[in-house]
Amino acid sequence: MKKIILSLMLPVLAGCSTTPWVAPYERHYLADPIMQFDRDPVAAGYMNHVYEARESARGAEGGTGGGCGCN
Amino acid sequence: MAVTELRSYLTPARLRNLLTGLLVVLCLPAQAAVLPEERVDSLYHSYDGGGVTIDGPSILVRKNIGETVSLSANYYVDMISGASIDVEATASAYSEERKEYSLGADYLVDKTRLSVGYTNSNEDDYQAETTSFSVSQDFFGDLSTLSMRVSFGNDDVGRNGDENFAAEATHRRYGLTWNQVLTPKLMAALSIETVSDEGFLNNPYRSVRYLDPTVEKGFSYEPELYPTTRNSDALALRAIYRLPYRAALKGEARTYADSWGISARNFELRYTHPLRESLLLEAKLRQYQQNGADFYSDLFDYSEATNFRARDKELSDYTTSTLGLGVTYRLPGNWSLLSDRNTINLYWDYMMFDYDNFSDVRVHERETNTLGAGEEPSYKFASNVIRLYWSLWF
Repeated sequence: MKKIILSLMLPVLAGCSTTPWVAPYERHYLADPIMQFDRDPVAAGYMNHVYEARESARGAEGGTGGGCGCN
Repeated sequence: MAVTELRSYLTPARLRNLLTGLLVVLCLPAQAAVLPEERVDSLYHSYDGGGVTIDGPSILVRKNIGETVSLSANYYVDMISGASIDVEATASAYSEERKEYSLGADYLVDKTRLSVGYTNSNEDDYQAETTSFSVSQDFFGDLSTLSMRVSFGNDDVGRNGDENFAAEATHRRYGLTWNQVLTPKLMAALSIETVSDEGFLNNPYRSVRYLDPTVEKGFSYEPELYPTTRNSDALALRAIYRLPYRAALKGEARTYADSWGISARNFELRYTHPLRESLLLEAKLRQYQQNGADFYSDLFDYSEATNFRARDKELSDYTTSTLGLGVTYRLPGNWSLLSDRNTINLYWDYMMFDYDNFSDVRVHERETNTLGAGEEPSYKFASNVIRLYWSLWF
């Protein structure tokens, strides 16, 4: 049991001591607005609504999902 | 586990180890959670296809109070007119309106973002309220973000023209998203979400079709009947990559399954390309493929043939293919309001729906028709979806 708990804790311990492998000064590409999954929430939310109303699959849409409360 | 068993398991040494572990988790270098940008978006949206037109405005305002609180409000309208193929086959064209109000608040506590939201949707025959709560935390040196979200919805369902009809439905959603920076040019997100519905889940106007040798057409209609519970799971993986020149490629894959026997998967590829400083072009391809519900049939063998029955085309086997194109233009400073960052955006999506086992029964309305029940061609149609909006940041 102790070994299992220790092995489960290892990634967490490693995480605490990890130096970020992408340094802050290397993040200028990621900060570019074109690197956002959804740049404009109002437009992305609308497309999710269109899909959810016409397709049976729902959920895991990312930041703009959540159910439209409509039939 | 019984309480006595738990007590015997939690010896002082084990308890100490557990607390140490918890402290280790709490020491995670969480940081730099930020509030969303302050902005106003004014959107005109339009969906036109399959005999139906739905359009209207959507206004989203987001404003921060100090450094830790962000408030948002959204007003959204769907104006619906026309007649989809279901309506055309069994009823007459109609028009209606749905209005939706949403309020949200985000609160930054050290490195954690807490959010609450409330949405109210109202139409003649359907009222819905949804409350949501989410928590988001950055850690591992700003490279990871974990978000958890729950929402609870209550719907009141009515039926126009039938004052005695009243039903309810509840919806619960539990979602988890892990965002991860993988390299200086690559970011990925893994999302899972479980949705649980209970109550009246079918559309009170839709009908199923069954073979009926007593009528000339060879088939008749009766009301749909769905199960009163539905549980679903969805898993999605998204990634976005910065190309060697200034452009981005986004990929998305999602898989879905539910207790009605529906399984689905969709894939999307999006390319974003800035052109000079003020122009952004975007192209998108998306495909969605679905295997329908266990209780779906285009034509049942006889009346009340099964315990549950549906002929809703959204519960059938079908494929949707979408091509999307869009442009964002940043207005010159002297044309902008409140700040020098204003954009005008126009996005067009062309969606093609191709049904495998949902027939176009409108052939029976033609005088030249020689097809019998069950011999009709499969239904297919295309829709144009427009998003035209003005965004300003302040």
